[in-house]
Amino acid sequence: MSAAEAMPVPMTAKRRGAQLGMLAFAVLIVMGAYASVGLGINGEIPSGMLTYGLGLGGLMLAAYLVLARFAPWADPLLLPLVTLVNGLGLVMIYRIEQTGQDGANATNQLMWTALGVVMFAATVIVLKDHRILQRFTYTAGFAGLVLLVLPVLPLLGTEINGSRIWIHIGGFSIQPGEFAKLALVIFFAGYLVAKRDVLALAGRRLLFIDLPRARDLGPVLITWGVSIAVLVLEKDLGTSLLLFGAFIAMLYIATQRTSWVLIGILLFVGGAILAGQIFSHVQVRFNGWLNAESNDLYFDGVSYQLMEGLFAIGSGGILGTGLGEGHPRRIPFSFSDFIFSATGEELGLTGLMALLMIYALIVERGLRTALASRDPFSKLLAGGLSFILAWQVFIIVGGVTRLIPLTGLVTPFMSAGGSALLANWMLIALLVRMSDAARRPPPQAIQDEGLTQVMQR
Amino acid sequence: MSELTLLLIRLAFLALLWFFVIAAVGVIRTDLFGPRTAPASARKPAKQAKPMAKPKQKKGEPRQLIVTGGPLQGTIINLTEMPITIGRANDATLVLSDDYASSRHARLFPQDGQWILEDLGSTNGTYLERSKVTRPTPVPLGVPIRIGKTVIELRK
Repeated sequence: MSAAEAMPVPMTAKRRGAQLGMLAFAVLIVMGAYASVGLGINGEIPSGMLTYGLGLGGLMLAAYLVLARFAPWADPLLLPLVTLVNGLGLVMIYRIEQTGQDGANATNQLMWTALGVVMFAATVIVLKDHRILQRFTYTAGFAGLVLLVLPVLPLLGTEINGSRIWIHIGGFSIQPGEFAKLALVIFFAGYLVAKRDVLALAGRRLLFIDLPRARDLGPVLITWGVSIAVLVLEKDLGTSLLLFGAFIAMLYIATQRTSWVLIGILLFVGGAILAGQIFSHVQVRFNGWLNAESNDLYFDGVSYQLMEGLFAIGSGGILGTGLGEGHPRRIPFSFSDFIFSATGEELGLTGLMALLMIYALIVERGLRTALASRDPFSKLLAGGLSFILAWQVFIIVGGVTRLIPLTGLVTPFMSAGGSALLANWMLIALLVRMSDAARRPPPQAIQDEGLTQVMQR
Repeated sequence: MSELTLLLIRLAFLALLWFFVIAAVGVIRTDLFGPRTAPASARKPAKQAKPMAKPKQKKGEPRQLIVTGGPLQGTIINLTEMPITIGRANDATLVLSDDYASSRHARLFPQDGQWILEDLGSTNGTYLERSKVTRPTPVPLGVPIRIGKTVIELRK
């Protein structure tokens, strides 16, 4: 390490100072938000501000030290950006808890955040080289499938709010699907690295698109089948869309063939329409989206939540009502699925745009890591993980703003929910690990002229 | 708490949020233009001077190696003073997953302000433009180097 530091390397700097500065800034904004919530509600700075703020600050400092020690070349922005989103989520949940809505619990969320940071640190420390994951391609695929199937099993799974995506272990309920998506992205990356040449090159050209061979359609059809099964058995439209989208995007990254994307979209639309014809719960969701304004659906409760969310965003306007001055209690589940709408009411369009920008920057850092990586597996994995994050934000934000039918996905890092928080922190840990490998300067030769290379592991 | 104070707090918070975004973009800037932009070098001249004997980059010298064709298309490697190895081996600077590439296929190294391309005894050969590289050859800017399915170029 020291040799690399002494060498003037113009390409990348570690930028640890910038990282620490941005991290402090993020924690400061979160503390400001707490204070603002308190001032908005009753004109006093809440007593919990220091506890929450310092708690978050301490956690992030620990995460920073782990990064400085175990992944010094990691991207300087990922951690601060995620910290801010996570912190704003905490503040919003705290704010919703103040209104007395059932289920909103900021202390719980802070505890899950702490666990998330521990998972993050553990992943970064244990996983010295992410390329090891390539060896577990099929293991990861199997694990992913098992995790997806777990909630359907009779004893383990429970149905909450119409979706069968939870399992109970001890006193906790976990959504294994959140971890399944990580395992499956690892599987897709490993699988596509091995098979991408045949997927990209074989096939014939028809009109202006390259059609793949019929037998290469196998994996796409299997993934399609799995995601439709998730849709039908677990009534979880979000995860289904998320998985299939991620697979198609990674297929596109690996092969650069538009035909795969077209095939994927056609398959999914076809499957969704078919499912809508056959299964009533999909039909209800779709109808609630298309005719959300209808009085009947609103008072029946089908589109009630969606419309209340839209009213909230609408009353927020450009600048918002101010933290602590909105009415998030009117929206059912404003602390989980609809936290984006609740935030929209209090921070307005300006705040929402800043939030979306922060998400975009996280994704940009991930894609940048994919570009900078030097081997195909890392490229695909980083690309896939960043895509899945962006896709998740799109699906839920599109859902609550009524661009697409509403699906129950979490807003990454913001919504209340332990499993999602843990899984997303692990996702960021993987990105950090890869960005460390990608930005680390290449090993240097000992002699001036020689074929021997220094190996850095 | 008066309405006005609350309004001011609200605006200040939004401004702070956007300031964070802008600061983040500022950090990214170095990724695009390198850390040695004008204000940065003006602020830290002492740090620049310390690692002496670092030859200044002249204007005509290539700064980046860009993959323009093949599966790794779009990859950019910034050129430093260190040689670059290309091949299928995991420790190569540019790792190719190409059946036509050898594990240690070719090497690029700087010499007297030029980058020299040397074939490391590869099976299928390295091509500079159309001609096969048999001995270390200087690479001009923008001339394609072909290794298997991969095409790379030096750019400023």
